[in-house]
Amino acid sequence: MSIDQETAKHVAKLARIRVEEERLPELAQEFNTILGFIEQLSEVDVEGVEPMVSVTPMRLKRRADAVTEGGQPERVLKNAPDAREGFFAVPKVVE
Amino acid sequence: MSELSKLKIAEARDALKKGEVTSLELTEACLAEIEGADALGAFVHKTPERAREMAEAADARIKAGEAAAMTGIPLGIKDLFCTEGVDSQAASRILEGFRPEYESTVTRQLFEAGAVMLGKLNMDEFAMGSSNETSTYGNAVNPWKAGEQALTPGGSSGGSASAVAADLCLAATGTDTGGSIRQPAAFTGITGLKPTYGRVSRWGIIAFASSLDQAGPMTKDVRDAAIMLQAMAGHDPKDSTSSEQAVPDFEAMLTGDIKGKTIGIPREYRLDGMPEEIEALWAEGRKMLEDAGAKVIDISLPHTKYALPTYYVIAPAEASSNLARYDGVRYGRRAQLAQGDGITEMYEKTRAEGFGHEVQRRVMVGTYVLSAGFYDAYYNRARKVRTLIKRDFEEVFAQGVDAILTPATPSAAFGLGEMQDADPVKMYLNDVFTVTVNLAGLPGVSVPAGTDRQGLPLGLQLIGRPWEEGDLLNTAYALERAAGFVAKPERWW
Repeated sequence: MSIDQETAKHVAKLARIRVEEERLPELAQEFNTILGFIEQLSEVDVEGVEPMVSVTPMRLKRRADAVTEGGQPERVLKNAPDAREGFFAVPKVVE
Repeated sequence: MSELSKLKIAEARDALKKGEVTSLELTEACLAEIEGADALGAFVHKTPERAREMAEAADARIKAGEAAAMTGIPLGIKDLFCTEGVDSQAASRILEGFRPEYESTVTRQLFEAGAVMLGKLNMDEFAMGSSNETSTYGNAVNPWKAGEQALTPGGSSGGSASAVAADLCLAATGTDTGGSIRQPAAFTGITGLKPTYGRVSRWGIIAFASSLDQAGPMTKDVRDAAIMLQAMAGHDPKDSTSSEQAVPDFEAMLTGDIKGKTIGIPREYRLDGMPEEIEALWAEGRKMLEDAGAKVIDISLPHTKYALPTYYVIAPAEASSNLARYDGVRYGRRAQLAQGDGITEMYEKTRAEGFGHEVQRRVMVGTYVLSAGFYDAYYNRARKVRTLIKRDFEEVFAQGVDAILTPATPSAAFGLGEMQDADPVKMYLNDVFTVTVNLAGLPGVSVPAGTDRQGLPLGLQLIGRPWEEGDLLNTAYALERAAGFVAKPERWW
């Protein structure tokens, strides 16, 4: 499996990371090195093996669907780069 | 004064109890050492005022006869732990200025036990690295030197390792996703313990790969690791993967008696081209455990060679999900936007300037292996191989093996900048002996056991059965006593 510049560009888009055009060849090369390394896994016989979902045999616990530590919007918003009137503020999403 | 920062936790605890020293004296000694050690790049956010307040409160508590084991002990805290009101940015530019409104469970437990925070410690960005060279703060430096070359303290908990080895604090917290406690501990001649997955709450620790991450102590010896783990461990309703298993008295289990224990030596850990010194140290470790009365047998963990490639699918996949939250909306940095930029540009620009190269690379690799068409070929296959890696360990434990002895790292500390032009996979190979332990969720400890011909420390790793940190630490204690490693770095900083 080899990654070309188009794929690298697509992956960057999916990851929401801006990558300048001139960096794409290098990035594609790095991906290929890493994926080449990962490729070894195809030698392993995994027939009938269950994919791991939890490393310790435990059931995830459930809790009541109730507010536990709510009612503190100021503290929630305290680290926001932009917050107004009790909300996170972002650039316009819909016209 | 400066002698005080050299104390171990157990020594300081006993001296505090007897009234021979106060927490404030210990804290001032550490703060003075930290002030003179900027060249190590270990402490990246110093909190001297808070430290003094915490020390005074600890002294009052000791006086009132209400001290716990960690009361009054000055610690360094890895920057990955959220600490209320104190910068916590995972050594990333994207979390610049982030001051959490909450306290991680581990630090809360330590502080409730009376421990003192001296400041936050350097690390690789989002714990992604093995040399502490991906930090936005710049490198942490190993207090050990070979000639003039500045060496890496390892990573990702490089600042923690450097600070403990240089006696800037009595101990430090670390986190370990693929070896990030044990490799830096080995590179700096200290003890580092990664507990069983679920032993310590992950709540409030900035997440890298949630199925692998585990916090643990980085200390000057095995006893201190037992004492500090005690204060860090336990069930936390805020982390649904934290275990309800009872936390035993780890320190009380340190008898040094390992007669009748079975130690396994896995043949797959003997690598081609492994330095002779590592091979020799491993053989010595085997002999030390035999001399202490353990039965040492050769074992096989057949899927070992697939551990690193498995890790480099699973860890980036989980990281790409975990790091999706850094979008410039809720905390940290938002990029300057141009006229007409919408929300997508905000995400893309923020993440491009906020994440360093290694983090970007891993997030994108993770995105790729999870993307439609490749999910089965990469991610699901890696999860199946992970099942096989864990099964290898279960089988040797079922044969009666109590612990497994391996080298901690494939080399001693290397030079800062030395790997700069190497491809990323070469750096990943640093974790070849440690990463299996995270994939199988087991406890592992790195113990300093000798030096190479340049006089740099080398560590041995012991891997234990799940939830048996007490037994594992006892074997580590026997190894530590036999190895008698007491060397300290010569002060140059």
